[in-house]
Amino acid sequence: MNITATLFGQMIVFTVLIWFIKSYLWEPILTTIEDRKARIAEGLAASQKGAEDMARAEEEAATVLKEAKVQAAAIIEQAKTRESQIVEEAKNKALVEAERVKAGAEAELEQEINRAKDSLRTQVAALALAGASKIVAKEIDTKTHKKVLDALVSQI
Amino acid sequence: MSESNAPAISNPVEYIQHHLTNMSLGGKPESLVDFNVFFIDTFLVSIALAGLFAYFGWKVGKNLDPDKPTGIQNVLEMVVEFVNQQIKDIFPSADKWIGPLALTIFVWVFLMNAMDMLPVDLLPSLVGGVASIFGADPHHVYFKVVPTTNLDTTFALALVVFSLIIFYNIKHKGLFGYLKIFLTHPFSASNIIVKVILAPFNVLMTTIEEIAKPVSLGLRLFGNMFAGELLFLLIALLGFAWAMPGQVALGVLWAIFHILVITLQAFIFMLLTIVYLSLASQGADEH
Repeated sequence: MNITATLFGQMIVFTVLIWFIKSYLWEPILTTIEDRKARIAEGLAASQKGAEDMARAEEEAATVLKEAKVQAAAIIEQAKTRESQIVEEAKNKALVEAERVKAGAEAELEQEINRAKDSLRTQVAALALAGASKIVAKEIDTKTHKKVLDALVSQI
Repeated sequence: MSESNAPAISNPVEYIQHHLTNMSLGGKPESLVDFNVFFIDTFLVSIALAGLFAYFGWKVGKNLDPDKPTGIQNVLEMVVEFVNQQIKDIFPSADKWIGPLALTIFVWVFLMNAMDMLPVDLLPSLVGGVASIFGADPHHVYFKVVPTTNLDTTFALALVVFSLIIFYNIKHKGLFGYLKIFLTHPFSASNIIVKVILAPFNVLMTTIEEIAKPVSLGLRLFGNMFAGELLFLLIALLGFAWAMPGQVALGVLWAIFHILVITLQAFIFMLLTIVYLSLASQGADEH
């Protein structure tokens, strides 16, 4: 329990030790710890940002999907309209065509009837003439009595 | 030092005195302060522990792994962060020397105190044995292991802290500001005559206050460690008689309790150093 010259030795050791620890342990280790803290904070911020980005992207995707659905619905609607339109058009065209075909057939029929009437009339005229000539027993000159015959024909 | 195997000396008083005597250059100290004496054992053990700390500090500081700290780097990082947190809490405006100072005090004092955990007779008998090979009488070879059971070590630390207290006071308050505190603190007055009357008391009180800081620092650590060491020696004495089981039981108990004392004393020394330097760094008007 005395104070001796060891005191000075210990003071010197202590002072040197403080200096040594400061330059070789304290400062490097604190720098490392601070760096690590900064990097962890950075990483956390980045992950936070990533999560936010992802949320935003999901939102965006949802919006795009919704839009696409609306568009698809519109397209389907349009297609349906167009379809009924086409059907309508085709129906109309078919009707017109049928009408046309019917009209043609009717016209042809008319013509046929007329032609048959004509031929009948001619044959009736010839028959009438043959009958008349037989009745008159005198040959009637067709040329001479053409007027009479024509009148007859038109009367039939 | 938890237990002893076979005390080399049969007389209990002699045994304890033997253990409390330092290996010294210049013989036994004649008075309380005797600068002709140099304690080799205290100095060697403390310098070896300082070297140990410095070596591991240097080794870790050289190969710091920034991402995956392992082993001793983890331990040192933990201690550094702990000390740094204390400084941030107590002394936010600390300059770059406070941290290394506090860390060195904490770790070095802890290591020196921890020498108390070695068996009381281990190193002394080892040194005695080695000395006897060279023909010395082991009964006159002394080796006091724990450096902090020596006033030199504790006061060396306390005086370095004390000189830093004075340095920081002068740095932050100016020489005039620092001396003014001696005149106006702790009793202050507004009347000039009362001030003059109070000045001598103030000088006395502040001087005592300032001197008490290093003295209490040094004596607290010394007292705790010396008492602990003495208790280990007394417990070791039980090994002389039939009380061997008592020695083992008490030794274990005291050793476990002493782990707390060792750490706590190192921590208190560090904490008070930070507090004193924080007080010293306040401006003149904040005092």
